[in-house]
Amino acid sequence: MLGLGAARLEADMNRLMALLFHQGVLDEQFMQLQQLQDESSPNFVSEVISIYFRESEKLLKNLRSLLHRADRECTDYRKIGIHLNQLMGSSSSVGAKRVRTVCLAFRAASEHNNWSGCLRSLEVLEHEYCYLKTKLHELFQMEQQRVMAAGARYHPLLS
Amino acid sequence: MVVCCKGSALSRLWKSKDQQVQQLKHYQPQNSKGGGNWRKKFLFLGILLGVLVSIWIFLSMNANIIARRKETLANMCDERARMLQDQFNVSMNHVHALAILVSTFHHGKNPSAIDQKTFAEYTARTAFERPLTNGVAYALKVLHSQREEFERQHGWKIKKMETEDQSPVQDDYTPEKLDPSPDQDEYAPVIFSQETVSHIVSIDMMSGKEDRDNILRARASGKGVLTSPFNLLKSNHLGVVLTFAVYNADLPPNPTPEERIEATVGYLGASFDVPSLVEKLLHQLASKQTIVVNVYDTTNSSAPIKMYGLDVRGAGEIHISNVDFGDPLRKHEMHCRFKHEPPLPWSAITTSLGVAVIVLLVGHIFYAALNRIEKVEDDFREMRELKVRAEAADVAKSQFLATVSHEIRTPMNGVLGMLQMLMDTELDATQQDFAMTAQASGKALIALINEVLDQAKIESGRLELEAVPFDVRDVLDNVLSLFSDKSQGKGIELAVYVSDRVPEVLIGDPGRFRQIITNLVGNSVKFTEEGHIFVSVHLVEEVKSSCDFSNQVIRDSEDGIGMSYNTLSGFHIVDRWKSWENFRMFKFSTEASDAINLLVTVEDTGVGIPQDAQSRIFTPFMQADSSTSRTYGGTGIGLSISKCLVDLMGGEIGFVSKPGIGSTFSFTAVFQEGRKNLGDMRRHHPDPPVSDFQGMRGLVVDGRCMRAEITKHHLQRLGIHVDISLNSKSALSGILEACNLSGAGHLDMVLVDKEAWGEGSGLAFPRLLAEFRQNGLMKPQENLPKMFLLATSLSPTEVDDLKSAGYTDTMMKPLRPSMIAACLRKALGVGSKRQREKGQAMALRSLLSGKQILVVDDNAVNRKVAAGALKKYGAEVTCADSGKAAIQMLQPPHKFDACFMDIQMPEMDGFEATRQIRSMETKVNELIKSGEASSEMYGNVAHWHIPILAMTADVIQATYEECIRCGMDDYVSKPFEEEQIYSAVAHFFESGTVDSVS
Repeated sequence: MLGLGAARLEADMNRLMALLFHQGVLDEQFMQLQQLQDESSPNFVSEVISIYFRESEKLLKNLRSLLHRADRECTDYRKIGIHLNQLMGSSSSVGAKRVRTVCLAFRAASEHNNWSGCLRSLEVLEHEYCYLKTKLHELFQMEQQRVMAAGARYHPLLS
Repeated sequence: MVVCCKGSALSRLWKSKDQQVQQLKHYQPQNSKGGGNWRKKFLFLGILLGVLVSIWIFLSMNANIIARRKETLANMCDERARMLQDQFNVSMNHVHALAILVSTFHHGKNPSAIDQKTFAEYTARTAFERPLTNGVAYALKVLHSQREEFERQHGWKIKKMETEDQSPVQDDYTPEKLDPSPDQDEYAPVIFSQETVSHIVSIDMMSGKEDRDNILRARASGKGVLTSPFNLLKSNHLGVVLTFAVYNADLPPNPTPEERIEATVGYLGASFDVPSLVEKLLHQLASKQTIVVNVYDTTNSSAPIKMYGLDVRGAGEIHISNVDFGDPLRKHEMHCRFKHEPPLPWSAITTSLGVAVIVLLVGHIFYAALNRIEKVEDDFREMRELKVRAEAADVAKSQFLATVSHEIRTPMNGVLGMLQMLMDTELDATQQDFAMTAQASGKALIALINEVLDQAKIESGRLELEAVPFDVRDVLDNVLSLFSDKSQGKGIELAVYVSDRVPEVLIGDPGRFRQIITNLVGNSVKFTEEGHIFVSVHLVEEVKSSCDFSNQVIRDSEDGIGMSYNTLSGFHIVDRWKSWENFRMFKFSTEASDAINLLVTVEDTGVGIPQDAQSRIFTPFMQADSSTSRTYGGTGIGLSISKCLVDLMGGEIGFVSKPGIGSTFSFTAVFQEGRKNLGDMRRHHPDPPVSDFQGMRGLVVDGRCMRAEITKHHLQRLGIHVDISLNSKSALSGILEACNLSGAGHLDMVLVDKEAWGEGSGLAFPRLLAEFRQNGLMKPQENLPKMFLLATSLSPTEVDDLKSAGYTDTMMKPLRPSMIAACLRKALGVGSKRQREKGQAMALRSLLSGKQILVVDDNAVNRKVAAGALKKYGAEVTCADSGKAAIQMLQPPHKFDACFMDIQMPEMDGFEATRQIRSMETKVNELIKSGEASSEMYGNVAHWHIPILAMTADVIQATYEECIRCGMDDYVSKPFEEEQIYSAVAHFFESGTVDSVS
C-alpha cells in the first residue's frame, strides 16, 4: 500500500515536472540540479531552491520598493539592473526559465529607463515567481511524502 | 552683362558663406566645404581680374588709337605748313629778285630801261614764278623836296591811299578819285605795277599805315617784310603785303640801318592773297577733306588774326604748326583739326569684349566645375553616411543572427537534453529510434546554426583567427575520432598521415583548422560508400621537392596491379596533384621565413562531383545538385566557409574530382612554428603517454603498402619501432626469426590488417602461425608476440572468431595513437596503473577528489549549485561571497588547489579580484626567490600560482581574452557542463600531479 503510494507520488511528480517543462517554467538546469543530489547531500535541491526563494524574495522586495517608493523621474535604474542581474543569475542556476525570461524583458525596460515597462515587468515577474513558488512547493511536498513513504518502507533495510 | 555676372557671383558667394556658417554651427567644420568656398572666392577674384584686364586692354588700345590719330594730324599739319612756307618763300625770293631787277635796270641805267609798260609785261610773264602773289608793284622813294619835280616828271599827283570817307572797302577802286597825298617828309608813290594791281599806280604807299610800317621796316632791315593781314585794296581779300627795299648800287657791305635808309631808292611790294593761296595749296594735297586748316597771324598773341579758315567747327584736338614766312617780327601759325569726330574704336571694343566674354565663359565653366565638385563631395558624404548605415545594418544583421542563433540554441539544448534523458529511460526499439532521429535532427540543426553564424561572421569580416600553440596531430586525431563511428558503420577506411617534417607544435587557430578538416572529411564521409578517406598533412616545401618517388605516401604510384591500385583501400583515386597544381605556393617559390606552410589533402573514393557543378562548389548554399540535399542532407555552406577560413589562414583551397572515382580536396594554410614546451597549450585531450611503449618492436603485416605505411606512422608516434611485411611468407619468417631471438630483436606485437590480401584474409593469418607451431617450428606460446587485428568493421561472428584465431585484440580503424595506446596497454599490461578510468565523470572524480576548491560567487544560489556540482566529484568546496573575501582566503599560504571565480560581482568583479590575487602571489614569490622569506613560511610551496577559472555566462572571445589578460587560467561557462569542467580542470591537476611525481 505504502509502496504503491510512493510509486504514485513519483508518477505525479514526474507529471508535474513534465508540465513545468512543457510550460517552460523550468529548463534542463533544474534536471542537472536534481542530478547533483545524491546520498551525500540528500536535500540538495530543496536547499538550493529555498536559498533561491529567500534571495529572490529579498530582491523582489527591493525591486518593488525601488519602483514604487520614488516617483518615476528619480528611479535608480542602475540598482534595478544590478538586482535583476542577480535574480537572473540565480534563476538560470536553478533553471527557472520563465522567471529568467521575464527578468530579461525587465532589464531591457530598465535599460531604456522605461518606468511603466518596468512596472509591467515587475507585475509579470511577481506573477511568474508566485507560480514557480507554488509549483515547486507542490513538488517538494510530493517529494517529501515520497521520501517519507519510501523511508517508511526502506528504513529498516537501510539501518 | 559683367555687372550682372558679378552680382550673381557675389550673391552666390554670400549664400555659400552663409551656408558655411550654418554648417559650422551645426556640425564640426568640414574641410571640403570650406575648400569649396575658398575655391569660389578665388574664382570670383579671377573673374574680376579677367574683367579688369579686358578693361585695361580697351583703355590701352583706345589710347593707342588716339595717339596715332594725333600723330597723323601733326604730320598732315606740319606737311601743310611746310609746303605753305616753301611756296611762300619761293614767291618771296622771286619778289626779291624783282627788287634787284628794278634796282639794276631802273636805277642802275640812265635813262631807265624800265617803264610801266615793261614792268607790267615782265611781271605778268613771270607771274607763274610767284603763284601766291596776286600782284607786285614798285614804289619810288620820294622826299618831300623832290615831290614837285616828281609830280611834274610823271604828270600825276601823289595820291593818298585812303579816301576821306574812311571806307576802304569799295567795289570800284579808282585812283583818280583818291585825294592827293598831304604833305609829308617822304612819299612812296607807286610807279610800276603789275597789270592786276594797276589801280595802285601813283598811290603813296606811305600813306597806308600798314604799308608805311612795312616800308620803314623793310628799308631798315634790307629783308622782305610782311604786314599783318588786312583787307587788300579792291579785291577786298584778306591778304598780306610783302615789301622789299630797293637800294642804290653804292650800299656798303654790312650796312647799318641808317646807311640802308640812306641808300634806299624805292620799294617793291607784293600782295599775297592768303585765302586763295592756302586754298590753292590745299587743293594740291590729298585728304584735304579730312582736316580743317586755319592759318593765324599771332604776332599779337593775345589777339590772333585769322588769315585763312572756314568757320566749320572741327572736332577733336587741334594741332598747331608754326609757319615761318621769313619775317622774324611776324609770327604765323597753322591750326589743324579733324573735320569729323573720331570713329568709335571698334577694334579695342571688340578685343576687350572678346576677352571679357572668354573670361566670363571660363569663369562659368569653372563655376560649373566647382558646383559639380561640390555636388560630388556632397554625394560622397552622403554615400559615406549610407555606407556607415549599411555597415551598421550589416552589424545589426550579424548581431541579429548571433542573437537568434543563440536564442535557438538555448531551447535546442533543452530539446536535446530532454531527448538524451528520454533515451536513458526505458524505451522500446521504435521509440528509441524515434528519439535518436529527433536528437540527430536537433544536432544537425545546431550545426547548421553554427555554420550560418560562421558565415555571417566571415561576411562581416569579424571573424578573427586565434594564434595559440596547438598540435596538428592532435587536431587530426580528434577529427578522426568524430567520424570513426560513421566510417566504421559504412565500412570505409579512414586514415590520417602527418609528415614527420611537420613540427609538433604550431601556432595558429586550431579550432578553425579543425573546422576546415572536419568539413572536408565530413563531406567525404557523406559521399563515400566504399573505399577510403585519407587525410594527409605535409609541408608545402616537402611536396614541392618530392617529385621523386621516395615518399610512398606523398606519391601514389599509379601502376596498380590488376584491379587493385596502390591506394589506401585499393580503389582507384583521382590524381591529387591536380588539386594543388594551381596553388600560388607551388607556382612561386615562397620566401624563406619561419612560416610553416601546410598542405592538407583529403582524398576519398566517393561519388565525385559532377563536372558542371565543379565551378560553383565554393559558392555558399550551392550544392552540386539540388537532389544532393535530398539524398545526403546538408546545406552546402560548409565548403564556402572552409574557403573563407583557408583564405583567412593565408592559404588556398582546390580540388579535383571525377564522378564515380572520387574527389581530392587540398588546401594550404600558413602557421608559425611554436616551441614545444609551451605550458599554455590548449589540449583537447592529454597526450598518450609515449614513454610506455618506447623501444618496443612491432611488425605490420599488410599487403597494401600504403595502409601499412600509415599504420607504421601511427605506431612510430608512440615510439614503437616498426617493420613492414607485405606478404604472409615474409611476415611469418619475420615473426619466427624474432621469436627465436630474444632481447634486441624481440618482437612485441604483430598488427595484421583484416583485409591484408583481400576480403577477410587477415583473419586467417594466425592459422598459419598455428600450423607452424604444430609443426614444431616454434617455441611455446609465451614468446609469441601479441597479435592485433586492424579492422574497419567487424561482424559479431568475426568478433567471436578472433580469440579462437589467436588474436589478442582488435583495433578499430581509424587508427589513433590514444586508441592504439589504450589497446596495447590493455593487452600488454603496461601503464595500467595510470590507465584512464572510463567516462569523464569518473575521470573528473579522480581528478577532483580531495581537492580544495574555492568557489567565489556573490549569488548564493549559484554558489550553492557550483559547490554542489564540484562536491559531486569529491572536491572539498569552500565558498566565498565576494572578491574581497576570496582575496583574504587566497593570501598565501592557503590550502586551496583551485578557484572558481564569478566574473560579474558587485563591488569587486572577478577580473579585479584575480589581478589582486596574482599580484599578491607575485609578491610572495619574489620574497621566496630572493630568500627574504623561506618557503617554509609559505607552506613549503616554492611557487604560488593558484589556478583561477572564470565562471561566466557569456562565452565570447573577448571575455576569454579579458580573462587571460588579468591572469586567469581558463574559463567555464555557467551553468556547468561536465565536459567543460573536465577539460579545464584536467589541465591543471594532471600537470600538477606529474610535477609532484617528478
